[in-house]
Amino acid sequence: MSKGGRLAVVLVAFLVVAGLVVFGVAQLLVPGVPGGVVNFTDTQAAGQPVHLTVQTVGSIGFGNHPTWVSYLVKNPHTGKWDHDTSWELPANTVIDMTVYQYDSGSPLRNQEWGQVQGTIGRDATLNGKSFKVYDSYTGNGVGHTFAIPALNLSVPMVGVAGNPCAVAPCHFNSPHNIETFSFKTPGPGSYNWQCFVPCALGYLFGNGGAMSTQNYMGGELEVVAS
Amino acid sequence: MAPETTQGETNHFRRIVYIWIALSVVADLLFWFLVGPHVPPGRMTSSAQGDQLDFNILFVIGLPVLIGVWEWLAYAAFNWNAKKKDAPESVGGPKAWGNKRTEVSWIIVTSVVVVCLACFGIVELVVLQGAGGGEGPNPIWYPHGAIQAETAALAGTGTWSPNSNDVLPVQVIAQQWKFTYRYPTFGGFESPELILPDDTSIAFNVTSLDVIHSFWAYQLEVKADANPLENNVAFTRTQQLGNFVVRCSELCGLWHGAMFNYGTVVSQAAFEKWATATEAANAANTKDLPPFAWTYVPDANGAAGGYYPDGNVTPYSPVEIYGAKQPS
Amino acid sequence: MTISAERPTEVNDMGDGPPDFIAQPKLRRHGLLGQHLGTAIIGGFLGYILGHWLGNYIASGYPYIANSGQNSIAVLLALALMVLGWLIGIGALNYPFAKMLGREAKGEVEYQGWTRYFRYNLDHKVVGIQYVVGVLVFFFTGGLLAMAIRTELLNPTVHVFSADTYIKIVSEHGTIMMMMASSVVVGPLGNYFVPLMIGARRMAFPRIEAFSFWIFSAGYLVIFSALFFGGFPTGWTGYAPLQTQAGPGMISYLFGFAIISIGMMAAGFNLAVTIINYRAPGMTWSRVPIFVWSIIATAALLTLASPVLLAAGLFGILDKTVQTAFYVTEHGGSSYLWENLFWFFGHPEVYIMALPGFGIVGEILPVFARKPLFAYRIAAAGMIGVALLSFFVWQHHLFQSGINPDMRPLFMLTTELISIPTGFIFLVGMGTLYKARIRYEVPMLFCMAVYFNFLIGGVSGVFLSDVPVNVTVHGGFFVLSHFHYTIMGGLIFAFFAGLYFWLPKMTGKKMNKKLGLWHFWTMFVFFNLTFFPMFIIGLLGQPRRVFTYAKNLQTLNDFSSISAFLLGASFLIFVANIMWSQFISPEKSPANPWDSLGLEWQTATPIPIYNFERIPVIMTDPYHYSEPGAPALADFGQATMAASASPPSSSTSADQ
Repeated sequence: MSKGGRLAVVLVAFLVVAGLVVFGVAQLLVPGVPGGVVNFTDTQAAGQPVHLTVQTVGSIGFGNHPTWVSYLVKNPHTGKWDHDTSWELPANTVIDMTVYQYDSGSPLRNQEWGQVQGTIGRDATLNGKSFKVYDSYTGNGVGHTFAIPALNLSVPMVGVAGNPCAVAPCHFNSPHNIETFSFKTPGPGSYNWQCFVPCALGYLFGNGGAMSTQNYMGGELEVVAS
Repeated sequence: MAPETTQGETNHFRRIVYIWIALSVVADLLFWFLVGPHVPPGRMTSSAQGDQLDFNILFVIGLPVLIGVWEWLAYAAFNWNAKKKDAPESVGGPKAWGNKRTEVSWIIVTSVVVVCLACFGIVELVVLQGAGGGEGPNPIWYPHGAIQAETAALAGTGTWSPNSNDVLPVQVIAQQWKFTYRYPTFGGFESPELILPDDTSIAFNVTSLDVIHSFWAYQLEVKADANPLENNVAFTRTQQLGNFVVRCSELCGLWHGAMFNYGTVVSQAAFEKWATATEAANAANTKDLPPFAWTYVPDANGAAGGYYPDGNVTPYSPVEIYGAKQPS
Repeated sequence: MTISAERPTEVNDMGDGPPDFIAQPKLRRHGLLGQHLGTAIIGGFLGYILGHWLGNYIASGYPYIANSGQNSIAVLLALALMVLGWLIGIGALNYPFAKMLGREAKGEVEYQGWTRYFRYNLDHKVVGIQYVVGVLVFFFTGGLLAMAIRTELLNPTVHVFSADTYIKIVSEHGTIMMMMASSVVVGPLGNYFVPLMIGARRMAFPRIEAFSFWIFSAGYLVIFSALFFGGFPTGWTGYAPLQTQAGPGMISYLFGFAIISIGMMAAGFNLAVTIINYRAPGMTWSRVPIFVWSIIATAALLTLASPVLLAAGLFGILDKTVQTAFYVTEHGGSSYLWENLFWFFGHPEVYIMALPGFGIVGEILPVFARKPLFAYRIAAAGMIGVALLSFFVWQHHLFQSGINPDMRPLFMLTTELISIPTGFIFLVGMGTLYKARIRYEVPMLFCMAVYFNFLIGGVSGVFLSDVPVNVTVHGGFFVLSHFHYTIMGGLIFAFFAGLYFWLPKMTGKKMNKKLGLWHFWTMFVFFNLTFFPMFIIGLLGQPRRVFTYAKNLQTLNDFSSISAFLLGASFLIFVANIMWSQFISPEKSPANPWDSLGLEWQTATPIPIYNFERIPVIMTDPYHYSEPGAPALADFGQATMAASASPPSSSTSADQ
């Protein structure tokens, strides 16, 4: 083979191999947040409170991990429940949050998280009644906490009896608790939120699985200047 | 390597040594006076100050080593380059095979330096009472009064007041992915905030509720791994007011990178005010917390309990601590 | 040629005729027939499918698997049968199976032609080449992931990757690089050149040698498979109980390390036995090339340290699949156990990744300095000393962990003591360069860079060994920079020195010097620009493996990232050089392009299948540079064998 021929062969081989490798690695690495980001910045006039509605479900019932516990968010544009935990919020704005809790609960691993922290007024409402501390050894215990560690925000999500809802999104007829609270977003930046109740069934002490995977029991708040 | 040379020939060895001494003295002096006082993590605590001193001493010894070898390489590279016009032939034979005097003196010098450094490190470790590092559950180096304070804390009888020179025990509870702090001398309240009094010896009792974390209070120069069912104790003494950052320095899963918070060293009076106020504000929750203990065991029950949780509540829990009570 | 010693008669017993491990070599081409990489891939694929099905069949109803929806048992069986299928497919098990069944095994056929590189080949020279390609694949995969890490760290708060993807990348990068580094010199250059350097016709256990490569390549498939199973979140250290909590990607890590450790043991004891027993007559311990000394020290570590890793990995696999509790404190295990076992392996591993580099440097320096190796005995003693001490320092990784805190003074002392034998290597290098006549060829530049980089790595290691300073620098970018300086700055630079030095012997083709110089200078400069700032980043408080960091560290991180991209680009120059000078425009290399006195250069090119027609009798050691009238290195019995057996003088003819 001539020198030019060898050059062409080696170059083509190199490009094919390099292309395959880069393509393969990229395919494996990119899907971190499959649902994209739900945008809440244009749902209200600037400075007005943003309404953010989420639900928790004991097992999501679809997708790659149908048995996993998860959060769903009500898309403000379509009104549908989206399986997505990355939300874009305006900075320095009050967020009025409503949580439909369809999941069961248990005593907390650390009762510290039974205390409402970091919300406006340092309280939350449970089915219309205001509370500051929830004793997780009573009632159905606590299923999850909605927590933004960087803001020291944490709200316990009181559990319901059993997991009657098998497939998300859960219907309003299923037993549930409604909790509301408000907090103010900080300046622009990326903040993670998570749950402090080790609620991933089948994993050592309930951490791991849904607890350690974005889009299930945690996600990112992309706070942007409004 | 052999220093013996005939008359008139350049004594390369001697020349290298002179250059080395000059460069080393200058570099060491520049470092010690210009950079040394600013070496992180500063002087906020006794352990930080000790670390800075240790770092600077190591640097002053390490710098001549770096300079010596680099200078030798550079000298050889420029002077004994085969491309140089007047480059002499290299000499083989027994003279080039080794030189007992050189070899023995090299071994002696490096050994002495290394053993001295190790002894210095050991002395510093003892003098600094563990140097802010985690010392396990039974530390053998601790500040005066620490054992009494820790014993009293566990018994629930510990107190701390300004100007008393008491050691303040603080418990650090690591969990995925946040540190919380309990103050046993103030009713055992738990808080995500870490506030410390100035001019006080602190005993950090670090434990974990799940995986291995590491409590790293950077400006305080305190680092102790948090292991489940282990109480890892670290001591330091605050000596400056200010903010510090706490980061997890052992990979602990998904949000490891976000596991940090800021703490503050405040005056003793301000600390007491904050602690008593927080104790009162958290009282409703504190009564639901388990009694203060060095470590906590997870409950066997429920979605959040058990070895591999299956969501079922069993009527039996092997331990009496965190979450051992049943939802009724 | 001068024959200055009577040939001992017993040499003829070993030396005449082909060795009996293959009495009738059939040198024929097989084309695509028989067993080769293709059948190995098919075997691996079938094994994977079968294992996965079996795992689901057995275990899908187990409560913890039904609840989590992730079947670690299926993943384990899939990977285990994949490796088995891979080995069967390549033909690694033909011989042991036949023997176990009481049959006489068919002798493996010695293939010629390019297809032999894709087969289970017993020639150490073929295995060496296979290893070169293998470790480069490992290295470039890990390097690609490093680029991803540095991309994420360009900005403290804006993220390119999500948090879980980032942890996955970091863990995969570290593990792949560690696996690669434990074999990067021992595999390619050790297997290829140790028999040539000691005057042997083959390795002691050729089948074990080929096995070590094919299990090493299976290890690559296993660790890479973690990405398909969602990755693992523990970094290369794999601390439990995070390990126990993680998803099935963790199985790839644990099983991958188990596989790799089997390969390390195989390679290690094979090399040790070969060096001890297969030295040619006259190759006394004081004449053994320094590279061989480094390999035997490394081989001892490989053989003794890897079993600990294997056991630790199997415990972890049991914890994750059948819920034993070796590492779960609450159930009678200990989260400290993994840390202890892992580092008991891990610290010798660190020297597995340093010693071969010292050996290469010691071997190459005299050739280009035209001087004998200074203080040869000290160099050998230093390597053995490092190897011994490396078993007594592991708890310096755990100074703040709360394990055995009262023993910290001891581990501080042992750790600092290890810098004494390491210092010997510097004495040797500096002594060899003194009044030398240095030729700046590409391998020599890489060697001098090893001294430059490893010095920084070593001195920063003393800081880390000091407990008070360690409190700040442990678990941060300081230690990250430290071990990149020792492993990459030391071992990888030495590996490239060795490749540029020995490739002309291995392939018979020159490497392009101009491209080599470009590769060296870009790699050297950007390596230092990438990793030196990390010392400062670490001192300023950035922990390892984080995707967010303090805003004031962005400038330094960006500087480091951009340098890292350029460092990555420098390897493209190397790839271009390999392609150009080995495939596109090959130029025949002279028989002994560097005028080395080493025994490996005295064989014919290409090297005959049994290396030496007669086993040479070694007359002296291979470092008589610039010594007119020095005795010939070896007596080859026949003049036909050697390209040139007389020592070249230090004349300028070497400079052409």
